[in-house]
Amino acid sequence: MRSQRFLGYAYLAPYLIGLVIFTAIPFLTSLYLSFTSYDLMSSPQWTGLSNYERLFTRDRTFDKSLTVTLVYVFSTVPLKLAFALFIAAILNYKLKFINFFRTAFYVPSILGGSIAIAVLWRYLFSAEGLVNMAIASIGFTPVDWFGDPTNALFTITLLRCWQFGSAMVIFLAALQSIDKSLYEAASIDGAGKVTTFFFVTLPLLTPVIFFNLVMQMVQAFQEFNGPYIITQGGPLKSTYLLPLYIYEEAFKKFNMGYASAIAWVLFAIIMVLTLVAFWSSKKWVYYAGDKRS
Amino acid sequence: MTDMTLPKTAARTADEAAAAKRARMDLISAVVRYSLLFGVGFLMLYPLIWLVGASFKTNSEIFAGAGFLPESPTLEGYVQGWQTSTPYTFGRFFWNSFLIILPKVIGTAISCTMVAYAFARFEFPFKKILFGSVIAVLLLPNVVTRIPQYILFRDLGWLDSFLPLWVPSALAGDAFFVFMLVQFLRSLPTDMEEAARVDGANSLQTLIFIVVPMLGPALVSVCLFQFMWTMNDFLGPLIYISSVDKYPVSLALKLSIDTTEAFEWNRILAMSVLTITPALVVFFAAQRYFIEGISAGGRKG
Repeated sequence: MRSQRFLGYAYLAPYLIGLVIFTAIPFLTSLYLSFTSYDLMSSPQWTGLSNYERLFTRDRTFDKSLTVTLVYVFSTVPLKLAFALFIAAILNYKLKFINFFRTAFYVPSILGGSIAIAVLWRYLFSAEGLVNMAIASIGFTPVDWFGDPTNALFTITLLRCWQFGSAMVIFLAALQSIDKSLYEAASIDGAGKVTTFFFVTLPLLTPVIFFNLVMQMVQAFQEFNGPYIITQGGPLKSTYLLPLYIYEEAFKKFNMGYASAIAWVLFAIIMVLTLVAFWSSKKWVYYAGDKRS
Repeated sequence: MTDMTLPKTAARTADEAAAAKRARMDLISAVVRYSLLFGVGFLMLYPLIWLVGASFKTNSEIFAGAGFLPESPTLEGYVQGWQTSTPYTFGRFFWNSFLIILPKVIGTAISCTMVAYAFARFEFPFKKILFGSVIAVLLLPNVVTRIPQYILFRDLGWLDSFLPLWVPSALAGDAFFVFMLVQFLRSLPTDMEEAARVDGANSLQTLIFIVVPMLGPALVSVCLFQFMWTMNDFLGPLIYISSVDKYPVSLALKLSIDTTEAFEWNRILAMSVLTITPALVVFFAAQRYFIEGISAGGRKG
């Protein structure tokens, strides 16, 4: 099978080259750069741990940015997934127009990442925008969305929750693949709808909940377009997410070393949380009914 | 047991009452479900409908009311927005987007098919570890490799060209697609390929004439997703493209916000509508592939 071995690698070649040049080497280089001072003009100067020391002890922008990022991720991801699951569960009934609804709910996911939608969001939430008009029309006082630090981040959370469609499609596909006889068995045993959902449906969904959770979390930690276009990180840095901070340090101020250090802290947080998710999944993700695994 | 002791007529009316009650409950729950779905659907789509309507309004009308129908429809936003404040029209920026997307999609389709073929149909040393690396790349946040990649492209002299946007994808850099195609290929039977091999076809001929046609729907999904993501990509062009004549639509839209937003709202909204139109058209023409693609990606949690 010598020829097979050679052939396998031949077809794999593009990936291997890309993996080394565009992923592995940059990955290690950025770790190295995080211990240096580098402005792209002269060669990198080794400065040991001083970037990290500055980050954790003297950089108040970093403290603020990290807090905002964690608040953003831990509010957006659960909200989005709960909403996606809720809608998927409703769509899973034998409804007419299911395809129509599925399409309508999926359209925002297709467009959500685009700049046009971020632009639209600025109009919707501006002082005289559509959202405030709606709020005023039902008799409440309009909200200062972008001027008030407590509200601005929420507009970005809403934008990403608006794009719940792709998570919903995954939930719906999983719901539709659940064996109907399990529901019949539960109903014969006298379980009500709510009990059935929590004790039959939810355990069977844990593999896709896990998948959605990890993917959405990794994505949310890298949110850039929303704060860059909608709020420019303000007001008072209340939407200054870490990717925005990294972008400005690296590509506006050309502090490549310091930006790499921030990137590595962000990477470490994502990695630890992903590992926690994988590790804990042994306890709560239910694979027994899944013949594929 | 109590039913047994009741007179027959009473039993029947009790049954009927129960059935009627059940029917009423079903009706109520159906009404609740449908109104909820319509409500959510309205909230989802109204911003988009409003966007399209507002792009035909005059500037003074945009913030005057919540309705989407313009009172005196005007194309002013489209005509003036298309001209932009640069020496180029939006046509130029659409052309640039097209120039970025086409090679990227072709490169992605070819390289990811080759790599998926290797993983799904060949045995070679370190295969498990290498496939593990696909998952690792899939989960690796780009933020950690972006700075050295920028430095690499600068050293290669590729800044302000489309090469940094094309080349990583042409080397199967989007692990999601590799993963998707491997999953799909593994679920396909191999007997056609074996028959071709018996007939003397080599592995490349088998790939092109047997595997690629069978991969059809999955490959269409890959191309559509890559089209969509590249059309929406903002950070990549923001970092690598600096001359305005090479701007794709995402950067051009950002530029027009910076230069005209203070007064000319309808221009911005009109150009926003234009930039999302290709994605919408493609989605509605081929939504089956999107739904299937995204479901297939999630199936293997």
